Amino acid sequence: MTTSLRIAFLPLNDVAVLAVARERGFAEEEGIALDLVRTTSWATLRDRLVYGQVQAAHMLAPLAVAVTLGLSQQPAALAAPFKLGVNGNMLVMAKDFAAALAPDPAARLADPLGTAHDFAAAIGLWRRKPVIGVVHRFSSHALMLRYWLASAGVDPDRDVVLRVLPPSLTVEAIHGGEIDGFIAGEPWGSAAIDSGRAEAVAIGERIWQRGVEKVLAFRENWLDENPDTVDRLLRALARAAVWCDEPGNREALADILADPRYVGQPSDLILRALTGTIVPRAGDAAVSSPDFVLFSREATSFPWRSQALWIYSQLVRWKMAEPSDETEAKAAAVFRPDVYRRALAGSDLPMPGASMKLEGAVGAPLGVGSRKGDLTLGPDRFFDGRVFDPERIADYVSGFSQTR
Amino acid sequence: MRIVIIDDSGLRATVLEEGLRDAGYDDIHIVPPRGAFVARLERMAPDVVLMDLGSPSRDTLEEMLTVSRALARPIAMFVDQSDEAMIGAAIDAGVSAYVVDGLRKERVKPVLELAVRRFNAFSRMQTELEEARTALADRKVIDRAKSILMNQRALSEQDAYALLRSTAMNQGKKLVDVAQALITASDLLGGI
Repeated sequence: MTTSLRIAFLPLNDVAVLAVARERGFAEEEGIALDLVRTTSWATLRDRLVYGQVQAAHMLAPLAVAVTLGLSQQPAALAAPFKLGVNGNMLVMAKDFAAALAPDPAARLADPLGTAHDFAAAIGLWRRKPVIGVVHRFSSHALMLRYWLASAGVDPDRDVVLRVLPPSLTVEAIHGGEIDGFIAGEPWGSAAIDSGRAEAVAIGERIWQRGVEKVLAFRENWLDENPDTVDRLLRALARAAVWCDEPGNREALADILADPRYVGQPSDLILRALTGTIVPRAGDAAVSSPDFVLFSREATSFPWRSQALWIYSQLVRWKMAEPSDETEAKAAAVFRPDVYRRALAGSDLPMPGASMKLEGAVGAPLGVGSRKGDLTLGPDRFFDGRVFDPERIADYVSGFSQTR
Repeated sequence: MRIVIIDDSGLRATVLEEGLRDAGYDDIHIVPPRGAFVARLERMAPDVVLMDLGSPSRDTLEEMLTVSRALARPIAMFVDQSDEAMIGAAIDAGVSAYVVDGLRKERVKPVLELAVRRFNAFSRMQTELEEARTALADRKVIDRAKSILMNQRALSEQDAYALLRSTAMNQGKKLVDVAQALITASDLLGGI
């Protein structure tokens, strides 16, 4: 029997796993007819999920936590048993703003700490606050950008203006001078660079080497009431993710995503991020960044509870959420490693033995305890060298220098 | 009650505005979701904001509603969060509504219901327009195929049409597809 599932998404490269599950027949093999619903704003995606117009959504991990904590409109308990990708973002700035930074954009990308300080030093040179576009208040992009700015003493709520705008309008906004830069998922940074108006300033992977990005989010009660369907979907997605990570499939993947039903941008632009060859300035040589985006290897899809808690720590840090034991427990419960384990128990994927880990503690590829198969975790450092211990969140938050 | 419609489709906004005026609302403003629309909206201090659910600028609007000092009151989407049927209808129709808290829901509900009806009417209009356009394009293709047959096979217009139709029926294809195939073949062979 075939089950129909409606899943909402936004046109971004990291819809890859969902698109491939449908286009290459992985969902069908599990008896699932996937109906992927393209939406243009996170607000609409959230409403479709919360009000049951779709059963699942390609969602910003911090948004899933925020909706559950009641910080966004329409509070609802969401559950994320699967991560759709790791990394994949790029910060770009208009040429006149980038001119205050290291002249070689490749050097900027290699040294995020130095670049943050260069940017901080330049803020006073401009007669107004720089305006930087982010895709949503509750996005990993916004949290990563805030982390990066604050490391150089910039108060993101005081010294710059963070403006929320949809990825599809970023290039136009930079042309019109409405924003001086933006951070977004690919291919939007590359599109702005190709237009000749912007240059790469930082890539997500150099800020946090294994940053949490999009998750597959369900309403918690629906997830709990439909275990068989959820399991079949997760198995299909896990196989699709392996397919996406296969280097030989990258061009075919770029072609799938280039279709107007998905991203609707040129496939060669999309291919850059997928292969980790970033062109930081129009006409410059490409910079290699092999971990620019991950779909499957190193148990990418596994929803580490410690990552949901890192998001919580940042919401507390920026005073978007009140710290409490109850809030912390609710945030941690959004990520559902238990469901991931149940669904993929019969597969040959390596299964992490734990559900939490220190975030930012792995400096070089590390073999770790796994119930099955060999699991190697890649380096997951934050660029400032801090380590997040999910057992000691209050200490972590108070360890950041207060910028105000 | 001041109502702001955020929309860059002139026609849809007009359809909605007309409906609201007929229902007796007269303080209505249309703002396209471009550039500094947030600042304009703040100055207007609306009671109700209506927006197309498909607009990519919804996140920008929500952010403004979250942080705006001018509208420093809690904002709720939709009229009554418990009225799921109404909300479902609104999402299906493509309407998103933001209501400044403190406005009685009895006053807002008719506005939202009307918006849903008008958005539905607008999408029907769009569909009909699209169908009419397709029909016109199809007729042009069929006319061109007929003239090819008339020239090449010396058929009357009626016979040319009959031949196209019987071919389509025999092959189980749409008439317009057969006509298009004929045109393509004729172009390739250097016909007219």
